[in-house]
Amino acid sequence: MTSLIMIVITTALINNVVLSQFLGICSFLGVSRQIKTSASLGAAVIFVITIASAVASLLYDFVLVPLNLTYLKTIVFILVIAALVQMVEMFLKKTSPALYQALGIFLPLITTNCAVLGVALTNVQDGYNLGESILAGFGTAVGYTIAIVLLAGIRERIDEDAVPAPFRGAPVVLLCAVLMSIAFMGFSGLSI
Amino acid sequence: MNPLVERLYNGIVKENPSLVLMLGMCPTLAVTTSATNGFGMGVSTLAVLVMSNLVISLCRKAIPDEVRLPAYIVIVASLVTVVELLTEAYVPALYSALGIYIPLIVVNCIILGRAEAYASKNPPLLSTFDGLGMGLGFTIALTIVGFVRELLGAGTAFGYQVAPDFYEPIAIFVKAPGAFLVLAIIIAIMNGANIMTRADEIVEDCDGCCARCSKVCHTKEGEE
Repeated sequence: MTSLIMIVITTALINNVVLSQFLGICSFLGVSRQIKTSASLGAAVIFVITIASAVASLLYDFVLVPLNLTYLKTIVFILVIAALVQMVEMFLKKTSPALYQALGIFLPLITTNCAVLGVALTNVQDGYNLGESILAGFGTAVGYTIAIVLLAGIRERIDEDAVPAPFRGAPVVLLCAVLMSIAFMGFSGLSI
Repeated sequence: MNPLVERLYNGIVKENPSLVLMLGMCPTLAVTTSATNGFGMGVSTLAVLVMSNLVISLCRKAIPDEVRLPAYIVIVASLVTVVELLTEAYVPALYSALGIYIPLIVVNCIILGRAEAYASKNPPLLSTFDGLGMGLGFTIALTIVGFVRELLGAGTAFGYQVAPDFYEPIAIFVKAPGAFLVLAIIIAIMNGANIMTRADEIVEDCDGCCARCSKVCHTKEGEE
């Protein structure tokens, strides 16, 4: 039990996917203008990564390993993720238009979010079983959401500040990420 | 200018993928703990980019428009697997240093971005040079970031001790925050140089991402 909780804490805080693994940087820098949109993106990411890690883990254990095709994992995973995102999009459109409205535009973006493929590959590398993979995926996505919502909160304030011209745009956002990353390094004390 | 040379110049300087277009940020930040790693990652991406641009350009008339993105993804993923297996066989040290970031070349925005924006519309030779230019631009950017981080964080360059004995390495530069810091400062320096030379064209950050970035960048619509 403790080890399962540790998986979530490790993936969400200690090895934060954005601030220490550098996955999903594109959307982290791109879609962090407002807290509201970043929170919606975060919700969509939690949803997709959790399902994707479950599906990827099942496929790996029950199809790729028995057939000796593990070297195809990159191709299989990326196709599964792309198809999965499409299916989730169609499913939400039919069953829950309100949720689709909130998450809709972000779903296609998630296919190219390297965090999704990264989690699937890391789970396989670490030899996680189905349950552990789902928890690791969930924890990673929660860590992503924490990071992007915090950054959006900072950026909403920076917009009103007088930033020196060369630092406008990307550099000042990266500087915020530096400070967040240093703060998250403090979590490494949590590891047992 | 010769169109082939123009492609190279465009990739290395004018539209440098990491420093100007802000594409492929994950590897730029993640593997640049040393100049050697940055260079290795750059060359791996260069290889995939040249081959994917060539293959996609050759297939551009055969692939129906509706399924082009899945088709590109399959082509890129196959090429990445080839590069991954070759690296594992011939450069095992680099393979273990780069780890998961080699398979993640598949989702590198630069590759799908160039496929969509250039290779799908242009003949094979020009597309190959476009890939070569972009790949070289990426390799140079990664090597510079890696060089700065390694020099400040460990006092070495490409693994050789260069800093004088009294220099105390600042370890944070080879840890996660150092990556963000070095990149922020490099881009700020480039912005500053741009402001001085061309007052009207300040390089803005590219919002939105990845496969659709080439479009997003030029229209500046982003996700809003």
